[in-house]
Amino acid sequence: MKRYHVNAIAAVGALVVLASCGSTANNAQSGSNLPQTIGKGEGALNLVAWTGYVESGKTDPKVDWVTPFQTQTGCTINVKFADTSDEMVTLMRQGGGTQWDGVSASGDATNRLIAHGDVAEVNVNLIPDFKDVIQSLQSPRHNTINGHHYGVPYMYGPNVLMYNTNVVKPAPTSWAPTWDANSPYKGKVAAYDSPIFIADAALYLKTHNKSLGISDVYELTSNQLDAAITLLKQQAPLIKKYWAATTDETDPFSSGDMVIGTAWPYQVSFLKSENKPVAALVPSEGATGWADTWMMSSHAQHPNCMYLWMKWTETAAVQDQVAEFYGATPSNAKACDLLKQHIGASADTDYHCGDNGFLKNIALWKTPLQQCGDSRGNTCTDYTVWQQRWQEVRGTK
Amino acid sequence: MGAERLMPPPPSGFRALRHRVGAILHRAPTARLALLLGPVLLWMVVIYLGSLALLFVTSFWGQDPVSGAIVQNWNLDNYGFLIREPVYRTIAIRTVGIAVAVTATDVALAIPIAYYAARIASPRVRTFLLLSMVLPLWSSYLVRVYAWRTILSGDGVLNWSLHQVHLGSVNLGFSRWSLWIVFSYLWLPYVTLPVYAALERIPNSLIEASTDLGARWLTTFRRVILPIAIPGIVAGSIFAFSLTIGDYIAPDLVGDTEFIGNVIYQSVGIANNIPFAAAYAIVPALVMAIYLLIARQLKAFEAL
Amino acid sequence: MSQRAIEPRGVQVGMRVLTVLVLAFLYIPLFLIVLYAFNPARSQSWPLPGLSTRWFVATWNNQEVRTALVTSIKAGLGATTIALILGSLAAFAVHRFKFFGRETVSFLLILPLALPGIVTGMALNSTINLGGQLIGITFSLWTIIIGHATFCVVVVYNNVVARLRRTSTSLIEASYDLGADGFQTFRYVILPSISTALMAGGLLAFALSFDEIIVTNFTSGSEITLPKWIFNNLRLPNQRPVVNVVASILLVASLVPVYIAQRLTQEGGGLVTAGRGTMLAQTEDALEHPATP
Repeated sequence: MKRYHVNAIAAVGALVVLASCGSTANNAQSGSNLPQTIGKGEGALNLVAWTGYVESGKTDPKVDWVTPFQTQTGCTINVKFADTSDEMVTLMRQGGGTQWDGVSASGDATNRLIAHGDVAEVNVNLIPDFKDVIQSLQSPRHNTINGHHYGVPYMYGPNVLMYNTNVVKPAPTSWAPTWDANSPYKGKVAAYDSPIFIADAALYLKTHNKSLGISDVYELTSNQLDAAITLLKQQAPLIKKYWAATTDETDPFSSGDMVIGTAWPYQVSFLKSENKPVAALVPSEGATGWADTWMMSSHAQHPNCMYLWMKWTETAAVQDQVAEFYGATPSNAKACDLLKQHIGASADTDYHCGDNGFLKNIALWKTPLQQCGDSRGNTCTDYTVWQQRWQEVRGTK
Repeated sequence: MGAERLMPPPPSGFRALRHRVGAILHRAPTARLALLLGPVLLWMVVIYLGSLALLFVTSFWGQDPVSGAIVQNWNLDNYGFLIREPVYRTIAIRTVGIAVAVTATDVALAIPIAYYAARIASPRVRTFLLLSMVLPLWSSYLVRVYAWRTILSGDGVLNWSLHQVHLGSVNLGFSRWSLWIVFSYLWLPYVTLPVYAALERIPNSLIEASTDLGARWLTTFRRVILPIAIPGIVAGSIFAFSLTIGDYIAPDLVGDTEFIGNVIYQSVGIANNIPFAAAYAIVPALVMAIYLLIARQLKAFEAL
Repeated sequence: MSQRAIEPRGVQVGMRVLTVLVLAFLYIPLFLIVLYAFNPARSQSWPLPGLSTRWFVATWNNQEVRTALVTSIKAGLGATTIALILGSLAAFAVHRFKFFGRETVSFLLILPLALPGIVTGMALNSTINLGGQLIGITFSLWTIIIGHATFCVVVVYNNVVARLRRTSTSLIEASYDLGADGFQTFRYVILPSISTALMAGGLLAFALSFDEIIVTNFTSGSEITLPKWIFNNLRLPNQRPVVNVVASILLVASLVPVYIAQRLTQEGGGLVTAGRGTMLAQTEDALEHPATP
């Protein structure tokens, strides 16, 4: 439920400039300005993260990769959990960029942050485990510009279709029950509350309305966008609640108010740990998803602690822990070995750990731009338009 | 035993100073007034009214797209946008709609208990009832909304109770119904207290006279009691209406749809578009201003 | 039934029944909140599998909760102090003097409560941001206190005005006649007569500040009060049991001061006449105790 027209205009405008000039971003350090060593920790670290990415034993005493970090480095972590990429972008700009040192940004936030100089270039040579990151995430377009890295990859995963195994029978293989106007689960469907969810509608139309010719779900012409919005408005009566905070999905699923819909692996893991009858899959049409990057603010008050955190979270051991708790897939290939040791074959079947092919099949979140990036030229709709249209969708329910 | 010994010694030092200051203040009531009223007025005017003015001014400004900072470029873009886009009108109407529904519900619920406490209950029971009305008023808003979220969920108390009496189940969680229930619940004490005060003031003689003239109680209620109580009812309704129209937490926790409060809150916290949020915030402020004007016409302020 | 009730019997019974129903409507959710604090399971479904105090221990051990509690108390004390000073000063001014704009003062003081909270919150937020740009103010405990004090003033004001109206002026005249100066009169005559009103007002102001979330969201920045802690942790599914405990503590913690305040102002009609958002004192007492000449 986040519509923010005016300010996104420049976000996107700057991105266009960036894409066309291909130059490095503004405030960021570059080249010889990069630190060559990690200094002493400053004693504190302020992070913005997705729920479940920074666990310190409060959820489950055994799930804790923060306390060992704090003990080793002396950097006490203060984390704020955000629900959407838009919220993360806003938070990173608070106090002129000084309030939060780092963020676990998804692809639809990273380019905006880079374009505005909110995040600093990172010297990946200081991160020893960076070399173990799987090939496709070493220099992806969403965090690397012309060889300059603006963060280190963390976890990635798809937005899965989660459903209540007691109610939804037979097990679904397609997203159709969540979009079909005659869905038997009307009034009990979940949807994500962010303009980026429009891409999920586009993804459905890509398979079910081939005449629209949608290829990249983030590069939509006005025509294609209209079709997606129509589909979303048609879906609105099916939706129980548009969730952004994870509890807005886990609570209704627990109580039976919601039975099917898009979810992050985190919710699936949580509900399973509560012995609720849920299962999840990536349906036949495919899925949107996210690959998250730890980025450091270009005005970070505690840059050394942030580097230490990036170093820490890049290690196979930590990424394996996160994967087992959250359900997302680690970007560190060596973590996959650990994962396989701990959970066996599902490291491949459920996590697709280390599988570059799987990653390529997920439509990773990225910021929609006017430039289509193909023969259609500059006719695509940018994120500002997406935000306005999303407001329409949310306002009609 | 001369009179001199009964006179207190002339004051000296600090006491003398106190006397002098006291004397000056006594002779200059304006100075006293300024001292008493000054701090409060300064605080309210500068901090509160000043903030309101700043908010109003901000709605005419824009936002720098690149940095997100507020740019003082005086324009009506925000308002234009609000008027052009139909969705904001829908949301505004929806918000006013639920505010009206909640206010009406609260008045309906308040009258019985206020009437009983004011006119029928014994003094001890009345004190008890008043205390019971006041306590929820002061308990935490967030806690009460959260309580209802739990009660109305699919596996909550409500559905369980309905099961016990074989009435099936309802799907009230995250809906407009749950929002209506929650808002009515939250503001009921605000409405009851002024209604109580208004009903209590009606002299028995009026009702007796009405009965003597042959009216049944219901007629008396409709044509004598209610009209006299209207100012009190309207006074109470001010709070129910005002609190509903600007609320942004309850719709998020127990509702499923957009209200003015949500849009403003998200505009500030997620979009960081404060000028737009300020412009939209004028809507509830304006609605309340109109409501207050009408209330004044109905003499509600004398009952407040 | 009271002997002064003149309504027909059927009406009396009917009203009584409705009253009981409304009371039940009001109190059952509160009772449930306290009950859920003893829920041993993480799940919120009803009926509860049993009763246990294990989450109380977990809450006490939770550092964040303790910090939030301390912040809430500090904010409450700060806001109450400011409200006590400003509120009683204003009450004296309005009570003792007739001046142009007298009614406006009452209206001005109640405005923060009459306008929707989001408007007040946004307004203060804008000012703090502007202050940040101009003179470097940051969101902190002080901005929380200033926000709370702004609408706590009226609570103290109402209580003190109500009490002042009941204080006979002849006492003050007698004090002067006996040779006391202004300060002595204030200290020995006036202050004791309004002390319970001050206490009641202070307790109410504290309760108001302690619970506050609507405006606090806009004025607190990264400071966390207890209600804000609940607000933040409602999004974390695993923290639900601790949230339940904190919620019930918050509930009880705000009821106690209110109950005491009610007992303190009992003879004056209690909190009905001087409570939150009602200015009945003005009208009621004006009718019963004509203003000082």
